[in-house]
Parts: sequence; C-alpha cells; structure tokens
Amino acid sequence: MLNRYPLWKNILILLVVLWGLLYSAPNLYPDNEALQITNESLNLNSADVEVITTALEAAQVEFFGEEISDTDILLRFDSVEDQLRAKTAIEDALTDDYIVALNLAPTTPGWMQAIRAGKMNLGLDLQGGVHFLMEVDMDAAQERRMNDHLGNVRTILREERIRTRGINLISNSHLEVRLSDEAARSQARRELIDNFPELQFQNRESEGTFILDMRMTADTTLQMQRDTLQANRTTLLKRVDALGVAEPTVQQQGSNRIVIELPGVQDPAQAIRILQRIATLEFHLEAEIGAPSLSYETYEDQGLLVNVDNDVILQGDRVSRVVSNLDQNGLPQVQINLDAQGGTQINRASRDNIGRNMPILLIETKSRTNTSLNEDGEEVEEIEFYEDKRLISNATIRAALPRTFVITGLGAREANDLSLLIRSGSLAAPMTIVEQSVIGPTMGRENLEAGVRGVQVAAALVVIFMLFYYRLFGLAANVALIMNILLIFAVLSSFLPATLTLPGIVGIVLTVGMAVDANVLIFTRIREELGNGMPPQQAIDAGYNRAFTTILDANLTTFLVAAVLFTIGTGPVKGFSVTLMIGIMTSMFTAIVGTRALINLIYGGRSVQKLSIGSYHSNNKTPGIQAT
Amino acid sequence: MGVRKIAAAISGVLVVVSIISLVINSLEFGLDFTSGTSVRLNYAETVDLGEINGILQNNGYEDAVVVSFGSDREIRIILPVDETVAVGDQASQAAEIGGTIAAVLSSNSDSQISLLGSDYVSAKVGEELAEQGGLGMLVALGIIMVYIAVRFQFKFSVGAVVALAHDLIITLGIFSVFSMEFNLNTLAAMLAIIGYSLNDTIVVSDRIRENFRRMRKGTPIEMVNRSLNQTLSRTMITSFTTLLVLFSILFVGGDSTQGFAIALIIGVIIGTYSSIYIASNIIIYMNVTREDLMIPVKEGADLDGLP
Repeated sequence: MLNRYPLWKNILILLVVLWGLLYSAPNLYPDNEALQITNESLNLNSADVEVITTALEAAQVEFFGEEISDTDILLRFDSVEDQLRAKTAIEDALTDDYIVALNLAPTTPGWMQAIRAGKMNLGLDLQGGVHFLMEVDMDAAQERRMNDHLGNVRTILREERIRTRGINLISNSHLEVRLSDEAARSQARRELIDNFPELQFQNRESEGTFILDMRMTADTTLQMQRDTLQANRTTLLKRVDALGVAEPTVQQQGSNRIVIELPGVQDPAQAIRILQRIATLEFHLEAEIGAPSLSYETYEDQGLLVNVDNDVILQGDRVSRVVSNLDQNGLPQVQINLDAQGGTQINRASRDNIGRNMPILLIETKSRTNTSLNEDGEEVEEIEFYEDKRLISNATIRAALPRTFVITGLGAREANDLSLLIRSGSLAAPMTIVEQSVIGPTMGRENLEAGVRGVQVAAALVVIFMLFYYRLFGLAANVALIMNILLIFAVLSSFLPATLTLPGIVGIVLTVGMAVDANVLIFTRIREELGNGMPPQQAIDAGYNRAFTTILDANLTTFLVAAVLFTIGTGPVKGFSVTLMIGIMTSMFTAIVGTRALINLIYGGRSVQKLSIGSYHSNNKTPGIQAT
Repeated sequence: MGVRKIAAAISGVLVVVSIISLVINSLEFGLDFTSGTSVRLNYAETVDLGEINGILQNNGYEDAVVVSFGSDREIRIILPVDETVAVGDQASQAAEIGGTIAAVLSSNSDSQISLLGSDYVSAKVGEELAEQGGLGMLVALGIIMVYIAVRFQFKFSVGAVVALAHDLIITLGIFSVFSMEFNLNTLAAMLAIIGYSLNDTIVVSDRIRENFRRMRKGTPIEMVNRSLNQTLSRTMITSFTTLLVLFSILFVGGDSTQGFAIALIIGVIIGTYSSIYIASNIIIYMNVTREDLMIPVKEGADLDGLP
C-alpha cells in the first residue's frame, strides 16, 4: 500500500486549484464609481469630451481612467460624492439627448478581463434597489390577435363578395364564420385558408347553417405567448434604459412573467411610472402651408423641418402588428396592421388627404436626475419626468389606407429601425405589477458585510475545530475547505450568469459546515480501522474507499433535493439551491480527491508508524503490522 | 436501543403537539406571504420601533407590523388588508391609510415625520410561492423515496421520509408554538433541513447496509445498534460543525439571516435526533432482514471507483 497518486491526477488537481485561484481573484478588486455618458442617437465626438472635461474642471471634480469610444464615454471617480457631483455638472453642461448613467467600472487588470475572469453579480439584497414582478395578460393579447384575425376575415370575404350570416368570436382562440350554403363555405374556405396559416379550419353544420370554424392551434398559442413575452421584455428593456440604471435585469420567468431588478433605484413609485407608462405612438397629418402657427408643432426629420398638425388621427394602441419585410420587388418596407377601429380611423383620415405627408411621432417618458442640497446639507436626488416627442417617419399618403398598409422607400436598416420604434410604442400585451419590493442601499451593504463576516467566522471556527480534532488530517481538510470556498466563488464568477444573493451566501455557509462532513466520515473511518489494528497506510486507503459510497449517497440525495428546489423554486430558493449544488460538487472534489492528494503527499510512499489524526480507541489488542 | 420506545413516545407527543398548534395557531406568516398595505415613513431622528408599535396599538392598529427599512430613520409599517374593500379600490385605499397613519404618528411624536409612500402589496405571489414551496417539498420527498428505494431498499425509503416529515413538522410546530415569523428565508431553511436531515439518515443507513452485508451474525436490532454506535461520533461531529456555522450566522450574520439560522438550528438538532432514533426505529419496526440488502453484484462497481 503506497498511497501515491499518479502524476496526471496531481497535475489535474493542481490545474483545478490554479483555475479556482485565478477566477475567484477578480472579486478582490473593488469597482470604481463611474459615469457612463451616451447619446441616444448620435455618436460621441471630441467636442463632447471637451465639454465634459471643462464642466468637471469648473466643478472641481477629479476623475481618472477615462475610456472614450464612439458610442460612450466612461469616467471613473474616487468616491460616490464625486460621482454624484460630476453627474450633475455633466448633465448641466450637455443637452437632454445625452444619458448620464451611474455605473461601476471594473478595476481588474486587462489580462484578467481578457480571460473572462470577472466578478460575481450581486443580487439586489446585497446591493440595494427595487424589484418588480410583472405579469403579462396573455388572454388579452390572444383576444387582440383573434380580433385582428376576425377583422381580416371580414375584409377578405367582403372583397371576394361572399355573403355571411355572421362572423363571431367564440373564445379567445376560436372564431366561426356562418354561411348559408355549402358552396359559399367551400369558397370562403378556399379564399381564407392561405391567409391564416396559424389557424386550423374545420367544417360544421348547425340548424341549416354551414359553419367554418377557425381555431388557433396549441402550438401557435404557445408560440404567440412566447413572442408576446419577448416583445414585452424588449419594450421593458427600452424603458428601463430610460431610467439610466447601471446593470438592470429584465428576465423572463415562466410563461407569462417578467422580473425586473433595478440596482440603485430607491423609489419604486417613479420606476413604476416609467415601466407602466406606455410609450405611445401618434399618427398625425402634416400641417398645410399657411396653417395658423398654433395648430402645429415643428419637428426635425433628417435635417428638414416638418410642421406636424396637432390633431391625432390614430393612436399607437390601435397598432396590432408591425413587421419589416420586403415587397414583391425585393425592396424593404414596414408593414403595419391596425385593429378594426384603427382601420376605419386611418381610412377616413387618409382618403381625403392623398398626397399629404403622415408624420408618426413616438412619445416617450424620460427622466433626468436633479441633485440638490437639502437643509441638512445632504445631497438629495430628485427624478424629474418629461415627455420626449420624436418624429420617426414622415411618409406620403399614396392612397386611401386600409387596415394593413406599408411604408416604403426605406433602406433595409431604416425599415428595421422604424418597425422597432413603432413596436416600442405599442405594448404587445398589457402588464400588471404583481410583486414589488425595495431594498435600501445601506441595508444591502450591511447584508453583504454581515454575510461575508458570517462566512469568515464560520470558516474560522470550523478550521480551528478540525485542526484540534484531526491534527495533520484536519489541516488537509482545512486546505480543502478553503479551496472549496474559492472554487465556489470561481464557478459563480465565471461559469454561471448566477447572481449572488443573501440566501446564496447562506447556501455557501451551509456548505462550509457540511463540506467537512465528507472528511469527518473519512477520518472517523480511518480512526476506526486503525482501532481495529489495521496498519496506517492500509487504514488510509480503507478509510477513503469505504467512506466513498456513503459520501456519494449522502451528497447525491442532497444534490437531488437542491436540483428539485432549483427547478421549482424562484428567487431566494433558487439562489440558495444554486450555491448548494455548486458547493456539493466542489466539496466532493476537494474533500475526497483534494485531501487524498495532500495525505498522499504527506504519508504516501514511505513507511509510517503512526498517523496524526487525533486519538482513537483501540478495539484490538494485537499490535498493528507495519506497512511497507 | 433501550430508549427506542421512549424516543418514539417523545417524537409522537412532539408531532401531535406540533400538528395541533399548526391547526389552531397556524404560522405567523411574514410579509412575503400576506397581502397588505405597506406604509413607508422617514423620521428626522433615529426611531424606536417598540415605541411606534405602542402608539399604533393604542390607536386601533392592533395588527400593524413595524419593521426598520434601509436605515435607522426609515420604517415600514405593514397593515393587513381590509377585506371589505374591493380589490380595485385597495390601491387608492392605501394612500388614505398612509396619510392617516402618518398623522397619528406625528401627533404622538416630537420628531418630524415624512410619508415616503404607501402601497398595496399583493398577496398573489405569496400564495404562489407557498404553493411552489409546498409542491417542491412533495416532489423532493418523492424523488428521495425512489432514489433510496433503488440504492438501498424500500424500507429505508420509508424510514428516511418518515424522519424527514418528523423533522419538518416539529420545526414548523416550534415556529407555530412560539409565534416566530415564517418568511421566505425560513421556507428556504425548511428546504435546507430536508437536505441536512437526509444526509444524516443516509449515512446511518449506509452503515446498516454495510454491516448487514459484512456480518453474518447478530439480530437486526443488534446490527442497527452497532451501526448507530459506529456512526455516532461522525453524526455528532458533523452536527457540531454545522451548528458552529449556524451560530456564527445567528450572531454575526446580520438581521436578515437570523430567521434562517434559527430555523436551521432547530432543524439540525431535531434532524440529528431523528436520524439516530427515528429512521432506524422505522427500519426495525418494518422488520428489515439481511435478504433485503443482498444484491451486491452491481455495488462492486461503485466501490472500485474514486479515489
């Protein structure tokens, strides 16, 4: 019994240890307070940089480590106070088209960033901020889609001169067309079937009426829900950007929910106003020449001034679908579908105004932060909201517009941008906030500090106990324990897009307590075998081998539990189960393979009389045979 | 194992008391599970939560819960929902309640108080999370039973799951009897207790399996006793290190994790006790025999594995 590991195994362990050290190291570099300046529509240039530096010099705020690119400027500051003063100074100096966002800039060396060694994301509970859970009303979205279909069916049948006894919405996934005879029904079916690929057609007769049933298939419904959720998420992302929050999270959860986490934001009411405010779209007509100046507003469109009549001919909520595609000549276009009422409205407005332009305005609610001093001389941030109206299209009306019309004469990129802009002005489905919570920034920092302190104290106590109780073997277990914590941090920082939360820290702490369990199992087993009179080298081997099944069984069941919690749970339960699962895997490695390697290095390949593993009772009076 | 009957009696009494208390007292559900109106206030000076609580009690808000919020000058008051108000009106009702509370508190305090906001907090999520948590536990229990039945034997599954249920019921019972707040952290703790208690039970079961296979002599009771004695020191040491960790969370880990630590401390103590007395008891009552565990052909492969 030599108790030696082959070279490859030692190298493997060394590599894992190095990887753990490398990828957990970035967490030692604290972030700098920073400001990120972007312009919504334009690239930044050297003139902007000059304006900013002059403003900061005037305000006597020191900055460093500036990073300037075409799209954004990043400035670093020594303290939060400097950062806030700088924000006000820069905002005053620049126009409202610029977004000045509070941010944190990493200070990890370039080579670490190059190998993608980053820091752990901290959850809201460790950083402070607001959390929302929004629920998308899928029923409403589906009903809207079916109503849209219903209108289109009506139009097609009218155009084909097929008389019906009525077209009805039976449920939000089912509509029926009632016809008087078989011939009319088969004609209707022929005309409709190619236009509605997402619906299933079926014939039915009832009391002399020939009915054509059109149903949304389960697959289509699922696809539609997915699209709707995605569209809502995209819209929310845009709105969240308007809040100027550093590293916001907008995540889908389940089939109809979206989680929004805004680190650093402290007033949920204001955030709600932004999130729930539907960025609206308005369709206008261009003012006629010589119109009274009070009846229009002037906007700029690609360098040209456009006078937009104040009357709104159509609101964005009438837009049911927007896509950018190619026309029959392969030229890019934006196709806009309106609902039935919208169709009537636009038809009425456009038929008498052929040849006039139809400007489309996108109205977004934006915020700017004003920093001022209150009576106590403390900085107070106040967020002010204002409406930003922008002209996004000014196409000429070529004909009386029906419910579905196209905007042409665009480049491919332009068409795509325009469809995105129009879409952002019309939420795919209504949303409600079902949960909201706020975590104060001081509370976040306290949580983090307390959590870290908890890990430190717990690890220290366990380390002392193990050393005292198992001597040299305890030392090996302690090295493994510390490696285990580093590995958990490394996995959390690099592998997973996981966010560390308070329950996550608790999960880590619990693993600290339980990770030594594997070593306790092994070491008690070795002691037991020694007590039975087994020679030391064999006792080590037997201890590791016999404890292995037990450890595997115990860890596998706990892992199963954690996996179940991960798939079923949300939020804190998920955070806890992730760290627990990672901890189980890393601890299996460090506690079994890691300590064995250390023990092999210490005792392996030589004759050993006695192991430094603490005291044990001898069950066997015969002296042990010496190992070779 | 002479204390087997006594242990069974103690456990039986504890479980019954827990269930009775859970039925009568229910649990003191925290903010995560209840809907209500949340009123946030800012004080010009450091506030005494107890004093505010007293003022509210004296003014007809018996059910109000006062918690500090972010700093020592900000507080949040949670009031249960007025059932008579229609759901749609609750949001507007919330603003009204906020104003009234702020007025009541300012008239009873020297400090300047400003109302930061009052919102209606929906309970929908709370219900859903509770459902998820409950469902999670059931699914977890089911999977564990199957795993143990495959790896060991069906009788061991029953032992492990009964021990788990025993631990969870008594821990919940203690929360109920002492009216401790049950929130999401404590829910997470319950889930952790499943993992921990299971760990303990598996280790003992593993030794019982090994002894049955290796030793040809001895009655099942002797086997179980021997296995328990052999694993006792490990059980104690692991429980001790885990408790060391939990107590350090309790004392230095900050307020937010206290509920978690307390729940787990209770769970670990009961879990240690149950893995020694309950799981093995069940196995004995179910008449475990050597034949139950005689399928060592496949096991050989596992034993030859790492390290």
